[in-house]
Amino acid sequence: MNSQNIMFVILAVFIVLSSLATVLTKSIVRAATYLLFVLLGTAGLYFLMGYTFLGAVQVMVYAGGIIVLYVFSILLTSGRQEQLSRNTVGKVLASAALSVVGLGVFLLMLFKQNLFEQVAVLGAPSEPVGETTNSIASIGHVLLASGEQGYLLPFEAVSLLLLACIVAGLLIARKH
Amino acid sequence: MIHIEYILIISAVMMFAGIYGFLTRRSTLAILLSIELMLNSADINFAVFNRMLFPEGHEGYLFSLFTIAIAAAESAVAIAIMINLYRMFTSIGVEKLKNMKW
Repeated sequence: MNSQNIMFVILAVFIVLSSLATVLTKSIVRAATYLLFVLLGTAGLYFLMGYTFLGAVQVMVYAGGIIVLYVFSILLTSGRQEQLSRNTVGKVLASAALSVVGLGVFLLMLFKQNLFEQVAVLGAPSEPVGETTNSIASIGHVLLASGEQGYLLPFEAVSLLLLACIVAGLLIARKH
Repeated sequence: MIHIEYILIISAVMMFAGIYGFLTRRSTLAILLSIELMLNSADINFAVFNRMLFPEGHEGYLFSLFTIAIAAAESAVAIAIMINLYRMFTSIGVEKLKNMKW
């Protein structure tokens, strides 16, 4: 068991427990904090896979941007203490059963079908760890190339989307 | 050695936790937190399939990048809507949201 496996087990337990705590906790500020832990664990998973730029983007945009926005709006809209999940027992049971059955079907499919044979192993002896073709330079070239392999059109579409989102945010949240 | 199944199990647990939260929460902000969980698990799947099945390509990598950008845009607009809701109803619970337009 090398250090990569130990790190992976720590991250896996951390992510699973935090994502369950996100949906089970009573307080919404705590839910946002647990979601922050999930997102940081996901960034750690990207770092473990050798995708350092993606992990950095995850930390910056999700953990630094979105969670701050959430906490800000939680504090802005928490007039009185609200019941976060006040449901009938039947609805809670039905939702839990749906989730558990879905997860069970997924796991059954994953292990019965044997989709990925020997190829899909991270840290195999044949493959150098952390060495991927996705360096920042190649990501930049692919992102701004307009050829067959390029992603210039979705890049520009995302920039338009962000512009539209700024306008929509201002328009919706302004005072009448 | 980390098999692809292990990471897929993590993302599946995250996805179904998000579905459970989406069905049981009563506050719109908590529903949005659950949606972020689901989006994040889809991101993990994109990155993992790219890394482990096609390590020389970068489709899944860029899909994850674009998904993160779209999640940021989506949550910004949704939070603007919720602040507007709070001004109108002084509550962001789902009980008072009966009409699509006032």
